[in-house]
Amino acid sequence: MNKSVGNTARLLGAGLRALIVLTVICGVIYPLAVTGVAQALFNNKANGSEIKDGGKVVGSELIGQRYDLPLKKGEETPAPDLKWFQPRPSNGLGANSVNTQYKLILSGATNLSGDSGSMKKGDSEVCDPKAEEGLCAQVKAARDAVIKDNETADYKVGDIPAEAVTSSGSGLDPHISPDYADIQVHRVAEKNGLDVKQVQKLVDDHTDGRILGFMGEPRVNVLKLNIALKHLVAEKG
Amino acid sequence: MSPVLAGVLQLLALIAALALAYRPLGDYMAKVYSSDKHLRVEKWIYKGIGANPNTEMRWPAYLRGVLAFSAVSVLFLYLLQRLQGSLPGSLGFKAIDPDQAFNTATSFVANTNWQSYYGEQAMGHVVQTGGLAVQNFVSAAVGIAVAVALVRGFARSRTGELGNFWSDLVRGVVRILIPISVIGAIVLVACGAIQNFSGIHEVGQFMGGEQQWNGGAVASQEVIKELGTNGGGYFNANSAHPFENPNPISNLFEIFLILVIPFALTRTFGKMVGSVKQGYAILATMATIWLGFIALMMWTEFHHGGPAFDLAGGAMEGKETRFGIGGSAIFSVSTTLTSTGAVNSFHSSNTGFGGGIDLLGMQLGEIAPGGTGSGLYGMLIMAIIAVFIAGLMVGRTPEYLGKKIGTREIKLAACYILVTPALVLGFTGASMAMDTPKNSMTNSGAHGFSEILYAFTSGANNNGSAFAGLNADTQWFNTTIGLAMLLGRFLPMVFVLALAGSLAEQKPIPATAGTLRTEKPLFTGLLVGTIMIITGLTYFPALALGPLAEGLAS
Repeated sequence: MNKSVGNTARLLGAGLRALIVLTVICGVIYPLAVTGVAQALFNNKANGSEIKDGGKVVGSELIGQRYDLPLKKGEETPAPDLKWFQPRPSNGLGANSVNTQYKLILSGATNLSGDSGSMKKGDSEVCDPKAEEGLCAQVKAARDAVIKDNETADYKVGDIPAEAVTSSGSGLDPHISPDYADIQVHRVAEKNGLDVKQVQKLVDDHTDGRILGFMGEPRVNVLKLNIALKHLVAEKG
Repeated sequence: MSPVLAGVLQLLALIAALALAYRPLGDYMAKVYSSDKHLRVEKWIYKGIGANPNTEMRWPAYLRGVLAFSAVSVLFLYLLQRLQGSLPGSLGFKAIDPDQAFNTATSFVANTNWQSYYGEQAMGHVVQTGGLAVQNFVSAAVGIAVAVALVRGFARSRTGELGNFWSDLVRGVVRILIPISVIGAIVLVACGAIQNFSGIHEVGQFMGGEQQWNGGAVASQEVIKELGTNGGGYFNANSAHPFENPNPISNLFEIFLILVIPFALTRTFGKMVGSVKQGYAILATMATIWLGFIALMMWTEFHHGGPAFDLAGGAMEGKETRFGIGGSAIFSVSTTLTSTGAVNSFHSSNTGFGGGIDLLGMQLGEIAPGGTGSGLYGMLIMAIIAVFIAGLMVGRTPEYLGKKIGTREIKLAACYILVTPALVLGFTGASMAMDTPKNSMTNSGAHGFSEILYAFTSGANNNGSAFAGLNADTQWFNTTIGLAMLLGRFLPMVFVLALAGSLAEQKPIPATAGTLRTEKPLFTGLLVGTIMIITGLTYFPALALGPLAEGLAS
């Protein structure tokens, strides 16, 4: 009996020593070495790809932001500032947690399912038009807002891309699709007193295609686009 | 170019990269685990451990090594979290509650990386980098070690000796995981993943005001999280977070990292048993299932069935613009068919069938290609079952790789495949039968049930991904999922090592005309069928209540 207790203790001791040695290698030396190389070779990227405008840091090119009007009395969430290109919806982490809305305190998705907020009709599920919660209601509200916000006297919104009315995985998606940017062009031009062609050119210049023609999806970085827009407006004014 | 075509081209590029790495990495790993020489740094480590790396161990001794190391690891990680409040470099985060600390400790030691905490709001540098990321390395190395021990069981005869656990553990870390991770981490930083120790700080915004950033050693943890098929995100959004997975190149690279070791281990296996063709048959089985699942996932996600997705015009909920449907579908299948569980899109917002494919992928036992090591040994267990079934059909004593599959071997293999279904279905049933666990659901109906089924499937199979609407930070889920992870990891290892020991003791039997040719496509077909039938029958009723019900209704 004593012998087996002694053996177990010896074995656990070996395990502990192994863990300590490997912790020093994998948990101290390795991350510090990688940090050193990363900071030396890719300083800006290793620190979050910050973008400066007018000498001030205005965020990261990798992280989405909101472009809202100041919060008015009686409002729960601020209204979007339609002068600027708008990002995707960001409906936070769902009912069990806080709604983060690009604040970066906490990243995450809604985790709502495709049949969330639906009802039975015959044999299949369809969106319940009366639902106030769930993914159906969120998508419907987002669609209505895209149409209402972007229609101008001489522009009617056509097909709306899916990413314009859904929340992303991280809740921090820095991009929108070129199609969604196109939808916003007329509105942005009108609100800023710019020519539609000028704004359209701005979007085209800021559209990234697929890398090597096939990797990922075409996209527009909203922060970079809005910075360029700001400069265009300043030149005009 | 259409998104579907772009998705297919990304898949082809991925396959090409994996094919290029297959032989060199597989051969290299075979050399690592067969060589007699020790590197100088390894000698220092053995001195530190106080173990002789040249002692051959029989299976009980090998198992004791695995269990002792893992037990100490759980305890260490638990204490690290409980003491977080008093440790320096903790960014002001408090100690983790006991139930959550238990869950997280078992999770990372069991190579699961189920997370009931929010990374950026709970864990400081010391716990993330000095605790969790270390387990990403060593739990992966333990998995490979056990697989190598089983392969030695097939390769060796009349001995019962399976190698030395400490040597296998250390070599896996020092010669395989660390070198690839160093290169991979730099690649990820070059793409835009962050790597600093800036901690929590404020950064200005375009419209004024500030964002709160949490800077840490992200790239160095990200790379081993994928390479070691761990999956625990530095941030809550995991690999959907732009700081973890910044662009489409990093996305494909991360999928490559997830798959490269599990696939290449089939080459290692072939080399070590003296017939690379046997390795190719296993590889073909894994690749068939993996490709089939990706095709199904792409079909259902592009087809976007589901009322809300119909309204939106696409299943982009929970997906990032830069990855799109294609890049998300490939990632989703690869992470659930291995024991990774990292996500670049949120599985709970997949279509009904898409979520079902994720679930089934894990329920197959994560063997196509599976976790680092665990994929190979899981697949070899299925191969034993397959030759047994084939033997029953023709009335011959089954044999595999020149070893007789007798009563003892079949019993051990059967025990192996019973462990996870028992854990998954038992705990899911218990959770549904009780009142309070159901309060954790975000979605209702079939999808709500799927959230709980997914949680235990993910835990017991050591995956770690989630239908994350489920609020799993309750005492019930922290405890039961913690137990599922622990038992789902280590009980199968007991059976694998016992099996390895019994195989290594046998004398080889020569192949005859009547021997089932296990290196032929016929066997690959038999193996795919065996896997599908065994898992299908076990989980079909549960799948019918969850994802199938949801998918068929929409």
